Amino acid sequence: MKRTLQSGWMQQVVFLGPAITAFSLIILIPFFMSIYYSMVQWDGVSSRIEWVGFDNFRAIFANDRDFANSFLFTLKITVAIVALTNLLGFSLAFILTQGLKLRNAMRTVFFIPNVLGGLLLGFIWQFIFVNSFETIGKATNIGFFALSWLGTEATAFWGIVIVSVWQLSGYVMIIYIAGLINVPNDLKEAARIDGAKSWQLLRHVTLPLVMPAITVCLFWSTSWAFKIFDVNFSLTAGGPFKSTESVAMNIYFEAFEYNRFGLGTAKALIFFVVVALITSLQVYLTKRREVEM
Amino acid sequence: MQTGRKYTGRLFTLEIVTALVALLFLAPFYFVIGNSFKSIGEIVKDSASLPTAWRFVNFTRAWEILNFPAAFSNTFIVTALGTIGLSLITSMAAYRIIRFPTRFNKAVFAIFIAAMVIPFQSVMLPLVKVLGTVGIINTLPGLIICYFGLGTAFSTFLYSGFIKSLPREIEESAVVDGCSPYGVFWRIVFPLLKPMTVTTLLLNCMWLWNDFLLPLIVIHNPGLRTIQLAVYTLFGEFVKQWDLGLAALVMSMTPIIIFFLLLQRYVIEGISAGAVKG
Repeated sequence: MKRTLQSGWMQQVVFLGPAITAFSLIILIPFFMSIYYSMVQWDGVSSRIEWVGFDNFRAIFANDRDFANSFLFTLKITVAIVALTNLLGFSLAFILTQGLKLRNAMRTVFFIPNVLGGLLLGFIWQFIFVNSFETIGKATNIGFFALSWLGTEATAFWGIVIVSVWQLSGYVMIIYIAGLINVPNDLKEAARIDGAKSWQLLRHVTLPLVMPAITVCLFWSTSWAFKIFDVNFSLTAGGPFKSTESVAMNIYFEAFEYNRFGLGTAKALIFFVVVALITSLQVYLTKRREVEM
Repeated sequence: MQTGRKYTGRLFTLEIVTALVALLFLAPFYFVIGNSFKSIGEIVKDSASLPTAWRFVNFTRAWEILNFPAAFSNTFIVTALGTIGLSLITSMAAYRIIRFPTRFNKAVFAIFIAAMVIPFQSVMLPLVKVLGTVGIINTLPGLIICYFGLGTAFSTFLYSGFIKSLPREIEESAVVDGCSPYGVFWRIVFPLLKPMTVTTLLLNCMWLWNDFLLPLIVIHNPGLRTIQLAVYTLFGEFVKQWDLGLAALVMSMTPIIIFFLLLQRYVIEGISAGAVKG
């Protein structure tokens, strides 16, 4: 008995078995199944599964306006969220590494929204946009607050951007702080002695050296924003008129609301291809610009 | 953080401006907490003022509708068992992969890494079918096993980087002293992994506690609802009843915020460490 337990094969099973089993059951098998399901017509419940080949994909590309729109929405909001999150997160990190007295307390404050799940944040902001903005608008007469934020397409879009940036910037700020602390002071001193202005210092010394952190943050915020679901599920539920329906929501509704399981899986597979392409491209592009230390 | 620079007037101005931005960041919490004590009439009339009286009736009602004790314990069980289990299985896997880099083990690792680009939405539909076939859909153990599968790649990745930096000599001398391979791992390696275990535990904790989409598609039994699901259901049933909704929100966000404030040093270190490795 002891000998079997000590054998290399048994060790392999004990150490790696649980991880491989869970991974295969939850990711690998469903992933390969999705290739099959994407080529059938099925409501997800009944025993009638009909093989349709590439018809689902044809239907999606030919005349699924909602899916195309959700893709467009997701692309646009990803660009907005990634740009603003990283801009704000980097700025906060930059400021908090300047030697402020309250830096630790402020770091905590900026991170707090990230502690909560997107669903709760969406509901919190639903209240802010609908009730609090109205109160502030009445008291201050500023047009910004008087808008019907969740009622029109443009403002609902920016509403989701505001909530997401509020949630994510604290997280990337932490990563940027870690990156900025690691920039050696003597390098900055040397550049200063050579007459570099603060802007030049930031642009030509600091930024190239924190490029690894920028890679991580861009990667992380892009993949977060592209899979956005919780925040708009609770904040706008995809409205008004499906204008803020993300791809993830479109897939969810297709399968679990309209019971078109095959079609939903085909969409999920297209979604996978796009996500994989974007993330690999992004890692490739940003890795190229890193400065080796 | 940087030191050695003088605290100038310019820095003081920066401090004030940043503090104002920080207050702006907290403003939504002011509105949510302040209004959670008001009646619906007061909320509609003026949502910016402080409550005139501490009414707890919103909270007692929300507590019952959310079935908060059950929702809390469901979330707690899933988060605790999910994170602890993940740390156990992935530290073991990473150890085996790094110390025995056979062709098979290297391939497993490569597949884990590659699978990290698969978005959850791409596997969730067949996943529901798999869980149904295995017979663990609509159960808490089923939910926990899902997290094992979904979290394996990232946690194994974090552990593997850390294990690479551990010196092999300690393990080798333990083997010479007659320690079994399992003993080497549990008595020598696992304790050395503690910093990384703290990191993975905390990162996975925040993820599992706040996750919504997976419970939404896996759990249908009202008694098994997590906090996120309970809040979602409440908002669906009591539309625009903000007195109730805000109390439910305050109740639901309190545990995780307290958890964060107590352990924030480790959370922040963990994110920095995880990111640098990533």
